[in-house]
Amino acid sequence: MATTVAPPPAVAVPASRYERGLWSWLATVDHKRIGQLYLYTAVTFFLIGGLEALIIREQLRGPNGTLVSAETYNQLFTMHGTTMIFLVIMPLSAAFFNYLIPLQIGARDVAFPRLNAFSYWVFLLGALFMNASWLFGAAPDGGWFGYTPLTTKAYAPGMNIDFWVLGLQILGISSLASGFNFLTTIINLRAPGMHLMRMPIFTWMSFVTQFLIILAFPIITVALTFLQLDRFFGTNFYTTAAGGDPLLWQHLFWLFGHPEVYILILPAFGLVSEVLPTFTRKPLFGYPVMVYSGVLIGFLGFGVWAHHMFAVGMGPIADSAFGVTTMLIAIPTGVKIFNWLATLHGGSIRFTTSAMFAIGFIALFTIGGVSGVMHSSPPADLQQTDTYFVVAHFHYVMFGGSMMGIFAGAYYYFPKITGRLLSERLGKVHFWLTFIGMNLTFFPMHFAGLNGMPRRVYTYAAGQGWDLENMVSTWGARMLAVATLVFVYNLIRSRRQGERSGNDPWGAPTLEWSLHSPPPEYNYAVIPTVRSRYPLWDLKAAHRSAHEPHEHDGDMPTLAPETLAPDTPPPTARQLGITMPTPTLKPLIASIGLTAIFVGLIWNKSLPIMLGGTALFVVALYAWLLSPLEEHEE
Amino acid sequence: MTHAAHASHHYTSTGLDNRKIAIWAFIGSECLFFGSLISTYLIYKNRSLVGPFPHEAWTNPQTGETVKAILDIPVTSASTFVLLMSSLFMVLAHAAVVRGDRKYSKIWLVSTALAGTVFLGFQAYEFTSFVHEGLTLKTNLFGSSFFILTGFHGAHVTAGVIWLLTLFFIDLKRGLRPTDAINVDLCALYWHFVDVVWIAIFTLIYLIP
Repeated sequence: MATTVAPPPAVAVPASRYERGLWSWLATVDHKRIGQLYLYTAVTFFLIGGLEALIIREQLRGPNGTLVSAETYNQLFTMHGTTMIFLVIMPLSAAFFNYLIPLQIGARDVAFPRLNAFSYWVFLLGALFMNASWLFGAAPDGGWFGYTPLTTKAYAPGMNIDFWVLGLQILGISSLASGFNFLTTIINLRAPGMHLMRMPIFTWMSFVTQFLIILAFPIITVALTFLQLDRFFGTNFYTTAAGGDPLLWQHLFWLFGHPEVYILILPAFGLVSEVLPTFTRKPLFGYPVMVYSGVLIGFLGFGVWAHHMFAVGMGPIADSAFGVTTMLIAIPTGVKIFNWLATLHGGSIRFTTSAMFAIGFIALFTIGGVSGVMHSSPPADLQQTDTYFVVAHFHYVMFGGSMMGIFAGAYYYFPKITGRLLSERLGKVHFWLTFIGMNLTFFPMHFAGLNGMPRRVYTYAAGQGWDLENMVSTWGARMLAVATLVFVYNLIRSRRQGERSGNDPWGAPTLEWSLHSPPPEYNYAVIPTVRSRYPLWDLKAAHRSAHEPHEHDGDMPTLAPETLAPDTPPPTARQLGITMPTPTLKPLIASIGLTAIFVGLIWNKSLPIMLGGTALFVVALYAWLLSPLEEHEE
Repeated sequence: MTHAAHASHHYTSTGLDNRKIAIWAFIGSECLFFGSLISTYLIYKNRSLVGPFPHEAWTNPQTGETVKAILDIPVTSASTFVLLMSSLFMVLAHAAVVRGDRKYSKIWLVSTALAGTVFLGFQAYEFTSFVHEGLTLKTNLFGSSFFILTGFHGAHVTAGVIWLLTLFFIDLKRGLRPTDAINVDLCALYWHFVDVVWIAIFTLIYLIP
């Protein structure tokens, strides 16, 4: 086409504004940048959610606390739970999905890069929407599982629950979009030779997680839609006066809510399963069993939901059935724990911070798992439900499990993301403060709960046998606060001043460590061909056997030319003639339009805002879908 | 078979287009969405405290007025037939695009969209007549669960009609080539899925009293 004056540019034009500065982040479709956006956003919300927890603990430090009112307390525990689940652990997992899955499977990006950007922006706007409630003094206050009819208009007339319902709807759209995206990526973009049983275990656990996301989120979408319609348009789904069943919400919510628990923990399982082989210099014990148990957990995860509802009186048959399935799901989980232990057994363990968090994870998650099996028995559960025992249980699972696993992954992968190591000295401080602080905070809650302390009370009278436990918990929480500040300081400091890591600081086995740190935008200059589960270890073994004749099965991976090369900056996509997706603002604009619809709804059902949002969304969506992903050189 | 020549066609593990896998994942997700809506309808069946009811007449104790069973099965059978036919048109549209038949691709695409629109017209008629007979979103559990279930299905049909018309206009503007067949294929999968959901709704809600 270019027939006249200026010669066509030699390369496609990702203008420089797309490479640096704010614009480059707003328009990015690169999975590694989006992963970092998720990471930094989630860490910010971790601080906010942590602050909420700290205020809760300060209020409960001693009997008759007066720091906050009952109303504020309700908002604090609701937002603490909602934030930690939807704005911290899920997006932290999403950060790892984004950053790692394409690298681990040998792809250049995810299947739908623009949809990926859209997922992030919708998540961010949903998170801001939810937290904007604080500005109106109307933060959600119905608990993170928002039981009806408590959350219906009749009993919760304020805007609090509106923010919660609509915020979760927005966040659900983000999760679903990224679920379809990663599912497709893992099914379809694996490098040649990487069949399913050669996939890195983190990618496997993420794969199971995506199935859970796309199958569980539609259910909460329906449950929330009913509540939204009840609150905004006067339907009767949860109106008991019209014959509505108060258990409908509970069933729908927990049908989502229990798979959600596995959505939160499976990525951490995956991270720990990556960290342990590297730092024991042993392949993961029983890889196929690890995969199958992960898949089994995914399946069984849909059959245990009503164990959250033993107290409502479902009758002996339902109670027994759900008790049994809950005990069953402990089996594949236990198998995983034993496989991690067997991986450690006989390994030459290097106690890096990452390894310590992984080992801490096994210990703490086991405690959380065991207390979980304790309330799989309905009679025992009736004693424990709605007490601090349950609070202790799920914090051992969510903090001792998910967060410890994520910390292990963070120390392990930070060098890949930034090219620099996190400080090991600060890391050790972070680990010990977290490990001790976490046990101080949550272990006494077991006793407080068994001694009868109900959850969600904003204050309590002295002398009921919980005073010491609460005091210890509060000191533990303060310790965790310090630990978190150490971690955040380490993140900020090491980004610029950390020790340079090189490509492969840990001697790791999986593909992503063959790349430069940070990897170039195209990841792999040449898509590798994979012949085993641990291609890098094979390669290193081959290097060794070149000097000392060593038995080797000859299964050699072919890797990109820069593999194991010295620390020189990689060539750009332009120099290599690799076409990458063009940066674009369209996903961001579409996400703004989408969020505006929900803003309009909460803004007294403002029709102009809702219609404007819809128009913006539709226009941006058409512009996006009708424009090509990549600008081709002709 | 000229797929390989297409510039944006990258290597994939399964050999399938990414979008094809994504739409199947989406349909899987939608099954749970409609499954939850249908389950709610069935759970709330016969639990409304006041009428109108779907399958039996109801006398209002205050006014003494009697409302007959509200579902009109003959009319809905007609609209169901139209929707089922639209799936046939969809198959023909896809086949026309695959063989590069510009004339029939347009005819069948617009026919599918038209059949979808007729179905929506039936639904609009049904909804307004129900409202006239005194059944709204707020009347009873039946009203809430019926309108939301069928309303969401209608919204899906609407989205499908918009998708079909978009394809139709692209066809008018530059012609859909056999290499575009994947785009029609994706729309077809969605359309057939929405159709199958309606068969479930029609059977469970209309035909079984």
